Amino acid sequence: MRDTAHNALETALRPGVEYADVRVVDLRERTLGTKNGKPSQVAESESLGLGVRVLAEGCWGFAATDDLSKAGMERAAAQAVAIARSSALARVEPVRLAPVDAYQAAWMSPYLIDPFSLSVDTQLGLLLSIDAELRRNSGITLAEASLSLRREHQVFASSIGSLIEQTRTYTGAGYEAYSFRDGDLQKRSYPNSFGGQHQLKGWELINELRLVENAARIADEAVALHDAPPCPQGRFDLILDSSQLALQIHESIGHPIELDRVLGSEANYAGMSFLTLDQLDHLRYGSEIVNAVCDARLEHGPGLGTFAFDDEGVPAQCTRIIDSGRFTGYMTSRETAAAIGQARSNGTMRAASWSRLPLIRMTNVSLLPGPHSLDEVFGADHAIYMETNKSWSIDDKRYQFQFGCEIAWEIRGGKRVRMLKNPIYSGITTEFWNACTAIADRCHWTLWGVPNCGKGQPEQVIGTGHGASPARFRGIRIGAGSGE
Amino acid sequence: MSQTAELVSERQCREALDAAIGAARGSGVAEVEVLIGAEREALTRFANNTIHQNVEAIEHHVSVRVITDQRTARATTSSFDQGAIARATTQAIALARASAPDPGLCPLLEPSEAGTPPAVNRFDEATAAATPHSRAEAVQRAIDAVRSAGQTAAGIYSNGESFEAILNSAGVAAFHRQTSAVFSITALAEDSSGWAKVSSTSSKDVDAEFLARQAADKARRSRHPREIPPGRYTVILSPAAVLDLAGQIFADFSATAIADDRSFLSGRMGEALFGENISITDDVTHPLQSGPAFDGEGAARSRLSLVERGVAKEVAYGRTAARREGRTATGHGFPQPSDAGEMPVNIVIAGGGTSIEDMIASTRRGIFVTRLWYIREVDPYEKIMTGMTRDGTFWVENGEMQYGIRNLRFNQSVVELLRNVDALSPAVRASGEESFDMVVPAMRANEFEFSEVTRY
Repeated sequence: MRDTAHNALETALRPGVEYADVRVVDLRERTLGTKNGKPSQVAESESLGLGVRVLAEGCWGFAATDDLSKAGMERAAAQAVAIARSSALARVEPVRLAPVDAYQAAWMSPYLIDPFSLSVDTQLGLLLSIDAELRRNSGITLAEASLSLRREHQVFASSIGSLIEQTRTYTGAGYEAYSFRDGDLQKRSYPNSFGGQHQLKGWELINELRLVENAARIADEAVALHDAPPCPQGRFDLILDSSQLALQIHESIGHPIELDRVLGSEANYAGMSFLTLDQLDHLRYGSEIVNAVCDARLEHGPGLGTFAFDDEGVPAQCTRIIDSGRFTGYMTSRETAAAIGQARSNGTMRAASWSRLPLIRMTNVSLLPGPHSLDEVFGADHAIYMETNKSWSIDDKRYQFQFGCEIAWEIRGGKRVRMLKNPIYSGITTEFWNACTAIADRCHWTLWGVPNCGKGQPEQVIGTGHGASPARFRGIRIGAGSGE
Repeated sequence: MSQTAELVSERQCREALDAAIGAARGSGVAEVEVLIGAEREALTRFANNTIHQNVEAIEHHVSVRVITDQRTARATTSSFDQGAIARATTQAIALARASAPDPGLCPLLEPSEAGTPPAVNRFDEATAAATPHSRAEAVQRAIDAVRSAGQTAAGIYSNGESFEAILNSAGVAAFHRQTSAVFSITALAEDSSGWAKVSSTSSKDVDAEFLARQAADKARRSRHPREIPPGRYTVILSPAAVLDLAGQIFADFSATAIADDRSFLSGRMGEALFGENISITDDVTHPLQSGPAFDGEGAARSRLSLVERGVAKEVAYGRTAARREGRTATGHGFPQPSDAGEMPVNIVIAGGGTSIEDMIASTRRGIFVTRLWYIREVDPYEKIMTGMTRDGTFWVENGEMQYGIRNLRFNQSVVELLRNVDALSPAVRASGEESFDMVVPAMRANEFEFSEVTRY
């Protein structure tokens, strides 16, 4: 693959090309699923190809191919240059890039147990055990369990002399229990919705998740929800579990800090951001206890956004996004950093595959642990505690949001007093984070994987990481009706 | 005579099948299916009145499925190399043998069961041959139209071609070749925006300047948006807004979803769920539709009457669901194995005779919606969806569009929406971002629930 990347780069360096980079990616995936006691998905796939990105006449061109012959590479390189030159027809200013050093590096994400080394029957056996445990409760009408494994081997080469080889191994698993009764469909997922938990780990993640051990509880909760009262509407203190808070972070911190979105690149599709440039270092994003980072380094944890270098050869970094409540940083690329006068990219350019252009994507955007014990977070006289995301929606400036969760409990005096069904909350991003009154400490902090983040045209679906511990928010709007 | 090189030839497909059959035979497996796909997609993206991303990607895949001892599995490769296909086949066999038997598993589709897919011609040479230069010229014209209105343009112009084929060792062989052209534009003014989009199998249907002027006009007319309180309002939904919202229900028109009790139609088939003015078919042969006329196993798609004058009549049946329930498969199955089973994908909602202009003219108080965004399900049985308006939301009063309003969040049951429709425009091919392209009318409906207002 190194030779392929080198050859493709040489091919791309034609007269008039100011900069070029090449990514050669070899991707292997395994997807297993069960449904009501039977295998529903047993599949593996492999995909090998390369993408060539060039800067010519001050404009970008990108072409990708799975034909790695000399002719295929030449065609892709020529097409990338032709595309860049055509872009110049509608150019306002030439692209400028913040500098980056040249790196020669090889990096492999650590794992204890290679997930591809386990036999498929062992892995399916685990899912079938979960399935059996879920359906032990006769109220469960549908049980689904899934396992996804992914290994990306990538070589990046650029015209400034970088040659970076990275191999990342991801593992994910989870399950859902559905119960349908009299027109009421309830669902519980474990350890999270979106196919469960996903991390940059090996099979050891599966052992940590205690999937089978939690199945009976999850099934019981799904069935019990039918008899639970609906979550009351009004303004209440709200406590979120760390998985729901991870998605809250994703939507209302992660997306708005994408600098390409701020600058208008996504205006037609994913939208823009309320975080206009004048807000940097000024906006009171959250309360004093709110601290958030964008951190791709392994020391942050084995997240879906962990790597050694981003997809334009910039080293992994930690950027402080919110510092004691104050907004302090965007996610940038070499181009957008230069556009706002910053000296360097903070390394967040990622592509979903060899066939896609790198874009600014969340790495691991995390809420740092707070100073509170779990008892203190739950210590409110009266609150609603919600767990596990069910629905999520936010406006195209990332300002007004509504989330639904699978289950809630009414909290009185720090104790769960009754289960509630169909909980929903909504709010305005900055009002919500400024209402944060307690964040649990590192003992309760989890780095969640969100595997299905979409952005860009053609759309790219990529995994992102979000660390969070349970937190409490004061006076949040609960319910979805037009009446308060 | 074709002007553009084929992405994949039928000969290559047959060679891929032969390679897979050969590799399987060596392992004592006789039932083999190959699903072949290829796509060339070129997309020019613009924002801030300049082209900022411009890409082309060519991708192929050969996906081999085997059946052995009531077990099935799939392995996929991006290479047409005979060795890669043989390895994928061996891997599929290993996966299948490690899997558990499924007594309900269907054998491979036989040609006699597959039927003959209706002829559809969805390939346009000029669209396949479009160049980055021709896209850039069209984009520049669109940018100029928006800029001349004192606004900023963002959007895409894409064109491409795709190929799909399914062949199996029982003799099924189905091929589909198609082109696509998509133009979408957002015009941004100081405190407002407008949007327009078209999607077709032919770039002849793309008039970039016209769409740019439409978007700019929406942005101009919605400037200085006012805030209106949340509540229930009469709403006029553009075809794109209808598509994005109504499109959320069609995965439920599936025999598997009903059997799993996760469809809003569970226990409701035959009921008058919607108004008498709502009729919905699935019709792959409709001239404004796209996609292959066969399903994920190669079976010919049949026409379905999903909703007839408000009554839920038919749902899609894949082979597994049909076998389980003693029914005939309808040609809407997903590639196997699949937990979702099947789904109608060529939706046509019958239109009416009221133009959007006439809907506005006959509305005393209401809201016109250009586009919806980030739609998610809140209640799966009542199909309550939440989402936002975007890029051109207007207050309508006394028969006229009065002014732009700040965007609103809705929490609305689609079932209830389709009960409350009192006017339909003629149906058109519409394209949004929240659902797949469909043939749908604009609709006016009463009592649409807007639950909150944002500040933009």
